[in-house]
Amino acid sequence: MPWRRPCYNPRVLPMRILIPTPLRSYTGAREVEACGQSLAEVLLDLDRRYPGFRFRMIDEQDKVRPHIRVFINGEQTFDVQHVLQPSDAIHIVQALSGG
Amino acid sequence: MAEKSRKPGASRKAPGVGKKPNTGRAGGRASARSRGNAKTPDTLLLVATRKGAWLYSSDGSRRQWKAAGPHFLGQIVNHLVLDPRDRRTILAATSTGHLGPTLHRSTNFGRSWQEAARPPGFAKAPDGQTGRTVKHTFWLTPGHASEPNVWYAGTSPQGLFRSEDGGNHWEPFGAINDDQQYRSWMGREQDGTPDGPKLHSITIDPRDPKHMYIGMSGGGVHESHDAGRSFAPLAKGLEVVEGFNPADMTFHDPHCIRLCPGNPDRLYQQNHCGIYRIDRPSDEWVRIGRNMPGRIGDIGFPMVVHPRNDQVVWVFPMDGQSVWPRTSPDGKPAVYQTRNAGKTWQRKNTGLPDNQAWWTVKRQAMTADAHDPVGLYFGTTSGDLWMSRDEGQNWRNIARHLPEIYAVETALL
Repeated sequence: MPWRRPCYNPRVLPMRILIPTPLRSYTGAREVEACGQSLAEVLLDLDRRYPGFRFRMIDEQDKVRPHIRVFINGEQTFDVQHVLQPSDAIHIVQALSGG
Repeated sequence: MAEKSRKPGASRKAPGVGKKPNTGRAGGRASARSRGNAKTPDTLLLVATRKGAWLYSSDGSRRQWKAAGPHFLGQIVNHLVLDPRDRRTILAATSTGHLGPTLHRSTNFGRSWQEAARPPGFAKAPDGQTGRTVKHTFWLTPGHASEPNVWYAGTSPQGLFRSEDGGNHWEPFGAINDDQQYRSWMGREQDGTPDGPKLHSITIDPRDPKHMYIGMSGGGVHESHDAGRSFAPLAKGLEVVEGFNPADMTFHDPHCIRLCPGNPDRLYQQNHCGIYRIDRPSDEWVRIGRNMPGRIGDIGFPMVVHPRNDQVVWVFPMDGQSVWPRTSPDGKPAVYQTRNAGKTWQRKNTGLPDNQAWWTVKRQAMTADAHDPVGLYFGTTSGDLWMSRDEGQNWRNIARHLPEIYAVETALL
């Protein structure tokens, strides 16, 4: 896959995102950078660079899938419209689902 | 993206697979014998399991099989289908325990896979309303021969989708997915089969791309004459569980519907409540499973039709008593065959375990090839792959210890 820069808006600084193992086949790395003023924008940025990434963790109703969790600065959120600050750290993790 | 390139442990091209297709074969159904001295086509098995997919290849003799896989190790593969129109494109319906469902496509027999740009997904609900979410794609059907890039997909929860670009982008059918009547027949996500209600058995009439059948578990059998713009139930003669109203499609549960390639007016069905046949233009199903041995019954999941002879079908009965053990009756697995359209049935278990074999076969996990004599194949819930080179007379094991097998498809190359 050709490398694509994380930010298409030069006025927005990229933030770091921790990627869980099931999604690293898309990113090829445990940590990547992306830009956006909300979680939704960050996920669109990731999907632009890693096509298919977003649908694996966000469903067609724009809900976080049941076994995926998103933490922003250590706080869990299910709101894809969550507003972000440039210094925010985003952790995407797979939920402990047993079995 | 996922599985885009070959991963450690993934397969290389299997011997015999990917060679230029043989000539002299019409529509995948020509008899090998009818071609005189022409080389017998190679045979490909596509095996989808709970934890990955495998391809098995053989020459026309089907004596030796070579495995290639796993593909998508650890991923749930509900269906793996080779396009009979080009005999090189494979679609795989995949998902994982954590991630959402997707589809992958290969045009080189699994050496590389490309993920669909837009997998099946329901329409987004208006603000304030709760929309549905595809949990997994369950069934894949290539479109009509005259529509080379068209595919259909059935999902869980139940939805019908169509792709016109070889499986890269998928669009929902509003006439099923958003219709209030059909939504009520589908029931809730808790209704239907244990791992979710499923739309399956998408069947295209080889004479007319606009004529199609679908099965809904639950929700019944439905038919469209306008390429899926509208559907109507096809339920006359079908029974439902005792105490429920057969006039309500909610209570109908077709497990597998197959159209006879040799006679597209004849369809067979393995239902939750028996084995049926219908001969169009009649709209009434006939319960031919009444002729099965009483101690075996006529409950099961797969239904396999002969590629040329509409009198011949095979089923794999299971124990559907009391709590539905979903095992072979008495732990003695057997295929049952009819050669007279359901008037009489014969047990075919030579080579299969005699007893203490408590597995069964899911609805997509049994199939037939188009050789002459026909080869039969099934994969078990315990991960074994079995085949017969002589239309069910004798069975032998091809593979053991695979994950739970969800689907087995075959193709001649």
